[in-house]
Amino acid sequence: MYLEIITPEKKVFAGEVRLVQVPGTKGSFEILHNHAPIISSLQEGTVRYITNEGVEKTVELNGGVIEAKNNHITILGEFT
Amino acid sequence: MAGLKEIRTRITSVKSTRQITQAMKMVAAAKLRKNQEKILMLRPYANKLEQIMVSIRQGLENDVENPLMQDRPPEKVLLILITSNRGLCGAFNNNAIAKAIEVATTEYATQWKQKQLSFFAIGKKGADFLKSKNYPLEGSNTEIFDKLDFAGVVELETHFTDLFLSGKYDRIDFIYNQFKNAAVHILTHETFLPVIGKENKEKEKPGIKMDYIFEPTRDELVNDLIPKTLRIQFYKVLLDSFSAEHGARMTAMHQATDNANELIKELTLHYNKARQAAITKEILDIVGGAEALKQ
Repeated sequence: MYLEIITPEKKVFAGEVRLVQVPGTKGSFEILHNHAPIISSLQEGTVRYITNEGVEKTVELNGGVIEAKNNHITILGEFT
Repeated sequence: MAGLKEIRTRITSVKSTRQITQAMKMVAAAKLRKNQEKILMLRPYANKLEQIMVSIRQGLENDVENPLMQDRPPEKVLLILITSNRGLCGAFNNNAIAKAIEVATTEYATQWKQKQLSFFAIGKKGADFLKSKNYPLEGSNTEIFDKLDFAGVVELETHFTDLFLSGKYDRIDFIYNQFKNAAVHILTHETFLPVIGKENKEKEKPGIKMDYIFEPTRDELVNDLIPKTLRIQFYKVLLDSFSAEHGARMTAMHQATDNANELIKELTLHYNKARQAAITKEILDIVGGAEALKQ
């Protein structure tokens, strides 16, 4: 599945991943392949994702929103 | 005809002026390009945000109630006038200022007469003008353009949202130069607050409609996203005005350089004519002297 992390000032990440973990407003959750379509707001916290090569990366965000559909995930975030 | 030396000094001074205007043109062009990149970076975010907004609102029976969307009768109005910090950019600032005064005295004539209209100046030129005329000024910000980034925008946006929510103003409008290309910018007047609910609901595109899971709820999501869209709008307006400023300066400096070239050409012609006249005169003197000796 494809992940994009965008802020108003730049594109932080774009690429294939196999796991995304985000700090949802109602609690942290993970997105794996073929997740049901979802739109959720995010609170301040860490976004963690694992690329197809198995590299784990994290990004600190100051809130935002995530949309996932058809294995295409977009995170609109804001930095502190 | 002016003396040889005088013309020579004038040519040198015009040449150095040309060098300055040329350099300023280059600087403006470089800044413009850098700013354009920022606009390009913003675009995917803005597009996606709008798309998400549409997805959330799609199929929502009645639109969400949000204090930022409260459309009160516009008794107290705030006009945000966006100008530049520096001059030498042609009619850029004057146009924006004239437009602001025009909007204040025509569209908001009643509020203007009742002294219920204030300005907020972003950019030094507008602030200076409003102060010198003693127009009601809510505040001014001249630092934002020193380092135009999203964090600064958020701060200002929060300030305006608070002014609106506290009921100090019922309507907040922008006056700014919208960037079209380096030579063309469009003076724009648009409403910032209240947020206008999308009455012409986006036509639901068949096939694209998805059964999303919404977390926490649709209403809360919309309320969460509205301030974000406002920030994006504000950021875009500032970037636009900044681009337009550099575009205007580029054009103005280009013209100045052209004028300097023209002037140099003319002066050089004068100089050569004067030089030739001087030489001719000298030869005549010598010849005249020689003739006199012969006799």
